[in-house]
Amino acid sequence: MNPRLTRNQLVRRGAAGLTVLSLPGLLAACGGGDDGGGGDSSGEVAKVLNFANWPLYIDVDDQTKRRPTLDAFTAKTDIKVNYFEEINDNAEYFAKVQGPLSQGQGIDRDIFVFTDNSRFPGLLVDQGWVQKLDKELIPNISNLIDAQASPPFDPNREYSLPWQSGMTGIAWNEDVTGPVESIEQLLEDPKLKGKVTMLMELADSVGLTILANGDDPATVDDDVFNRAADRIQAAVGSGQIRRFTGNDYAQALTGGDLAASVAWSGDVIQLLLDNPNLKWAVPKDGGMIWTDNMFIPTGGSVPTASTYMNYVYEPAVAAKLAAAINYVTPVKGAREELAKSDAKTANNTLIFPDDELLTQLHQYDSAALNNQEHITRWQQVLGQ
Amino acid sequence: MSSFFHRRKGLVPYLLLSPGLAWLAIFFIVPLAYLGYQSLKSGIFPTYEFTWEFSNYTEAVSDYHPQLVRSFVYAGIATVACLVLAYPLVYWIAFRAGRWRNLFLLAIVAPFFVTYLIRTLAWLNILADEGPVVGLLQWTHVLGEDERLLATTFAVIAGITYNFLPFMALPIYVSLEQIEPRLLEAAKDLYASPVQAFLRVTLPLSAPGIVAGTLLTFIPAAGDFINAELLGTPKQQMIGNVIQAKFLESLDYPTAASLSFILMAAILVAVLAYARVVGSEKLTG
Repeated sequence: MNPRLTRNQLVRRGAAGLTVLSLPGLLAACGGGDDGGGGDSSGEVAKVLNFANWPLYIDVDDQTKRRPTLDAFTAKTDIKVNYFEEINDNAEYFAKVQGPLSQGQGIDRDIFVFTDNSRFPGLLVDQGWVQKLDKELIPNISNLIDAQASPPFDPNREYSLPWQSGMTGIAWNEDVTGPVESIEQLLEDPKLKGKVTMLMELADSVGLTILANGDDPATVDDDVFNRAADRIQAAVGSGQIRRFTGNDYAQALTGGDLAASVAWSGDVIQLLLDNPNLKWAVPKDGGMIWTDNMFIPTGGSVPTASTYMNYVYEPAVAAKLAAAINYVTPVKGAREELAKSDAKTANNTLIFPDDELLTQLHQYDSAALNNQEHITRWQQVLGQ
Repeated sequence: MSSFFHRRKGLVPYLLLSPGLAWLAIFFIVPLAYLGYQSLKSGIFPTYEFTWEFSNYTEAVSDYHPQLVRSFVYAGIATVACLVLAYPLVYWIAFRAGRWRNLFLLAIVAPFFVTYLIRTLAWLNILADEGPVVGLLQWTHVLGEDERLLATTFAVIAGITYNFLPFMALPIYVSLEQIEPRLLEAAKDLYASPVQAFLRVTLPLSAPGIVAGTLLTFIPAAGDFINAELLGTPKQQMIGNVIQAKFLESLDYPTAASLSFILMAAILVAVLAYARVVGSEKLTG
């Protein structure tokens, strides 16, 4: 930390604080320097990497509670990793970091992760709040699967690399109900009344309902959106939907308070180990697929972050991660690598989806994610 | 030095007040002004511009008056429930618990050593559909086979009641404890029945505690969002949930700010009306 502000920084921030009478501005002026512990934006590789990610999203050794791939990275590169499981919700995390980022300050993180089915990857790139990767340090970028090479928010992968992908489908508890394999059943079967949840993320819940309506989630206009929102709202009104949730559907679903939930694939595969009565399926009208992307925020050390990204794009490392967290890896060769040691996991189509499964999965229209009217309408569905 | 203060006696109160005033200015007035400034902006994130957008207020009221009304109804019911539960409890502690008084008071406050969120999460387990409470109530046919406690209006109001009970109990306890026992003896000597003595001596003397307790309960309860979030369904969302979602999920800061102002104004009106009814001298004891 650099406790002393340069005079220029003080004047600049002080002035910004006063002109808009902004409390965040004033507080920022009182805070430390922007370069925090995250190291320089350019130049040398730092000694420490600060990595913000979602919970349950990396390998953990059950006995030692340590994270083997991070330890191996430190052994290899001498870079210590501070791993923060602090992202529970794209919007909430974005709200937390956007203050400093909008003032051009760092947030003491070198890598953070945002999901492509939210509007935030696009916002981060457009606002210039993330830095370009140093691709010279990431030769393993050649292992990125072709399907992920050119996302709409970052067509040349200059700012981001995928961490993992996942699928949104329906999970159900066999002790409470028979198979729940369609959105129609989830939203309209009276036997499930008050015993189902949907996810708070718009793209997950609305996306699945758009598919159930026979519409295409890749092109979401107002009519398509409203048809889906009306259908979900009706299910809230009738008392069919009990709640909208984040990760927290898991407890209620395993406990039997819930019969079925819109759920993320990897979560349920992890839960299945303890609860064989849980089932997960892509709904018959199709499921959603999304990808969490690593970015380097303003103030983060580009060489340090790039070094780590190169590391996780080694097929052997990607295989370890995929086997531990059960989401879909974006790294070519990871499956072959894993097949050597763990054929069962390597053949699990929920972790390594085959072509048949991939044709049932859809991405949400990235332009529509930014539609303010849709966002407002969705908030009204979430709380009536 | 002392002669300085002697000559300028008039300055001393202001000097003594200045830390408090500065605190108020920095942590109350400045943020409030900033909130007001935010509430009159228009545009979409991240480029909001200040345009005196008063329609933020009218739209917020027309879109979210059900949640606003619901918040006041829930907070009102919870406040009455707190009063009904707390009064007999602290009455007993103040007059009958003898040397165990402090232990019982501690028992009221003890749950507060645990954070608000954890306390509320505990109710998720207590009221769970497969949990013991629902099982017992279904067995005794108080609840039907398909009925539940969790994710109902009852659970939300019960959660608020539970979480704010000490704010009601402690002020009432303080005012009851201060009652001079000889006044009650005098009432008895003057042939007052126990009920009359309670209604004409104890109750009026504890009124400042009741007023303080109801305000301390009602005001934060009206803005609460944790109970509705965890124990309710979308149909029980309160205005606090809307503000939270507008601020954190939609990043719609102008609407969130105007809703905050509307909530503040509505609470202020409610409190003033209440003060009018009970008499403002009770507010200050």
